[in-house]
Amino acid sequence: MYEEVPPRLHVPAPAIRPGDDPDFSHVSIPRAGAVDRPEPDTKPEDMRDLAFSIIRVLNRKGEAVGPWAGTLDEETLLKGLRDMMKLRIYDARMLTAQRQGKCSFYMQHLGEEAISCAFQRALRPGDMNFPTYRQAGLLIAAGYPLVKMMNQVYSNDGDPVRGRQLPVFYSSKEHGFFSISGNLATQYVQAVGWAMAAAIKGDKKLSAAWIGDGSTAESDFHGALVFASTYKPPVILNIVNNQWAISTFQGIARGGAGTFAARAHGFGLPALRVDGNDFLAVHAASRWAVERARRDLGPTMIEFVTYRAGGHSTSDDPSAYRPKEEGSAWPLGDPILRLKAHLIHLGIWSEERHTQAEAEILAEVIAAQKEAEAIGTLHSGQRPSPRDMFEDVFAEMPPHLVRQRHEVGY
Amino acid sequence: MATQILMPALSPTMEEGTLAKWLVKEGDTVSSGDILAEIETDKATMEFEAVDEGIVGKILIAEGTEGVKVNTPIAVLVEEGESADDVATAPAEAPAAEPEPSVAVSASQPAGGPGASPGRVAAKALEPDWPEGTPMKEQTVREALRDAMAEEMRRDGDVYLMGEEVAEYQGAYKISQGLLDEFGSKRVIDTPITEHGFAGLAVGAAFGGLKPIVEFMTFNFAMQAIDHIINSAAKTLYMSGGQMGAPMVFRGPNGAAARVGAQHSQDYAAWYMQIPGLKVAMPYSASDAKGLLKSAIRDPNPVIFLENEILYGRAFEVPAMDDYTVPFGKARIWREGTDVTIVSFGIGMQYALEAADKLAEDGISAEVIDLRTLRPMDTDTILQSVMKTNRCVTVEEGWPQGSVGSYISSVIMQQAFDYLDAPVINCTGKDVPMPYAANLEKLALVTTAEVIEAVKQVTYR
Repeated sequence: MYEEVPPRLHVPAPAIRPGDDPDFSHVSIPRAGAVDRPEPDTKPEDMRDLAFSIIRVLNRKGEAVGPWAGTLDEETLLKGLRDMMKLRIYDARMLTAQRQGKCSFYMQHLGEEAISCAFQRALRPGDMNFPTYRQAGLLIAAGYPLVKMMNQVYSNDGDPVRGRQLPVFYSSKEHGFFSISGNLATQYVQAVGWAMAAAIKGDKKLSAAWIGDGSTAESDFHGALVFASTYKPPVILNIVNNQWAISTFQGIARGGAGTFAARAHGFGLPALRVDGNDFLAVHAASRWAVERARRDLGPTMIEFVTYRAGGHSTSDDPSAYRPKEEGSAWPLGDPILRLKAHLIHLGIWSEERHTQAEAEILAEVIAAQKEAEAIGTLHSGQRPSPRDMFEDVFAEMPPHLVRQRHEVGY
Repeated sequence: MATQILMPALSPTMEEGTLAKWLVKEGDTVSSGDILAEIETDKATMEFEAVDEGIVGKILIAEGTEGVKVNTPIAVLVEEGESADDVATAPAEAPAAEPEPSVAVSASQPAGGPGASPGRVAAKALEPDWPEGTPMKEQTVREALRDAMAEEMRRDGDVYLMGEEVAEYQGAYKISQGLLDEFGSKRVIDTPITEHGFAGLAVGAAFGGLKPIVEFMTFNFAMQAIDHIINSAAKTLYMSGGQMGAPMVFRGPNGAAARVGAQHSQDYAAWYMQIPGLKVAMPYSASDAKGLLKSAIRDPNPVIFLENEILYGRAFEVPAMDDYTVPFGKARIWREGTDVTIVSFGIGMQYALEAADKLAEDGISAEVIDLRTLRPMDTDTILQSVMKTNRCVTVEEGWPQGSVGSYISSVIMQQAFDYLDAPVINCTGKDVPMPYAANLEKLALVTTAEVIEAVKQVTYR
């Protein structure tokens, strides 16, 4: 016998709200180097523990420790630091530009720079990312010109997507960066489809799907896992868990699951959970997943654990729903400061060189900004031609659009 | 050199805001990135940071000031040695942006022009839905929608609201302000991000005896949920032999706002209007937004309620009545005329009314009809008007092929062909996905000038 209890509606809520002291004591963080590194061809059911821990390489002293260390040489680490610094400085300049009315909208990466910058180092030309709006580091690390990025944000006459997309919705096939979709999660199942095409054609390319913690609730996410599980194409299924989907905390999308990574287990896929603020750990995990794809061992899910230190976008003020100090209390630290400490520990970097690099990168970003602003910004200068508006609706322009184009004088 | 600090546009559609609080005072030294003030927009209260460094020479707009227009100088920064007295006469630096925050918005400002309440629409209904002598109060569309939901939730414990950001954040566009406080988390529910999921869930809850209001952050995102809306909500009453239906409302902003590009700007009026089993409302004024939403919540059928982000902040006269509802299927004649009938709905009414004002200056008398609901559609009112004016122009922001206007044209052709003195013209958006760039966006949307041009064509002027 049991006592019947009337059903209740459960709505998860974060323990901490504005006015409370930030508290991350519920986030269990293992020591750096503590998580095993199984061989990439290990059966998924024999490495399920990886979805419940956090792979970390950099310890508090700036040392790289444990079985996941050692995937990057010094030169690449130095470049990685510069990429992250460039992304942060670029973000800061563009945020200011938005406040000055030079663009209508912007989304920054503050605190999440390591994920996209390090992941790109594990790919090669021809691979394709299906990113969200918070992975511009993929472009920066791939050497995409800053001026083109700014032209897109300003929607001026130099905009590579011809004034058609919201700011930060970049697109570059050549740099392995698929067009951003403003409607969340569509890219996740499309990345699986792109990888299926690669498998059918046998062309040795892989794709990487990107999604945020909140958007894993979308049906596209679950559909993607079904197909990844069934057809096993060369795809890496990334989840960036930055704790907040605008104002909803990650528990709303995660529900009763232990972790987001653990969702892969129901589909027979292996999953890693990784310190997203540790450049070395991000790269090591990415390389492990890339190896699985290149050896035709099937898809891999990676949950990058990080914290969105800034607002969701320039239209958002996080102080309405979380304590202002929460970002500085985040226990995984700042990705730039952590890699910087490691490079100083290795003896290949110093405070002086860091300060100098900051000045050099700032000058580079300002020079690019001047070049972009010389073309135009949202409300001034040279804008995309009305001619562009009618092109690319179809592969060939139908007669009625030719007529409409003539009517506006082009 | 003194620098003016201008009221920032914190979101793409912000036109004005409240300067809630100054966090600096005159004489303070600030550097780039320091928080200067808290600014309240229609969406959120946000911090505003300094771009340049300097000394706060003069604060031009006191804290607590409401309705401060974007790009209005709010303070002046000076350099060391400059005095605050020089500041008042110091030449102002050219603003970084053009004065208008958004071309699409300013192009459609009502003729009343900028004043104390710039969005206020003066025109009055000829056949008001309220008794003569009813006291009126001024309300924004946003407030009217909130009041409609709150009143119906007080009236009926089965009504609840769910969607992304509706509870804790008070709605992505602040429509559900105060509802979580009043009704609690059991009736104002934040959902995970899955339109397909929560629309299906709400359809199930409606089958289970509740009356859900589903808020879509925009109807563009409802594309995900369209299988549940059409294949389940709209058809189950029929398929179950009348046993089970879905008494519910799907609501949210529809159509173009400003600077949100191809995937966030589509007008779905013509899509939903096509579906038997659905009712479709697309209000223009605040009183219609309120009265129609209350009717929609009480309706035993699934209702698609299409709002508009630009209209959210517009103020109109709303009757101060205990229980004000507007019936479905009854158009509103905003302006009587004899030479041409202009039919529109939703934000299209702005272009229609503006065009009618300008046409009157040229001696053309336009009758302007607001359909208010597209299904059922009050075609009788259109036909009666066309039989009088013998000419018709339709106005909508959606695309031309399969538009609401093309349906109206066919109804007129079938039922009033002999009364027509000219072909009906449909003014629509251009046949392209919405571009982002301000100049292209303006070109892609229907304009008042195009409505005037169409009227001149059908009146052979």
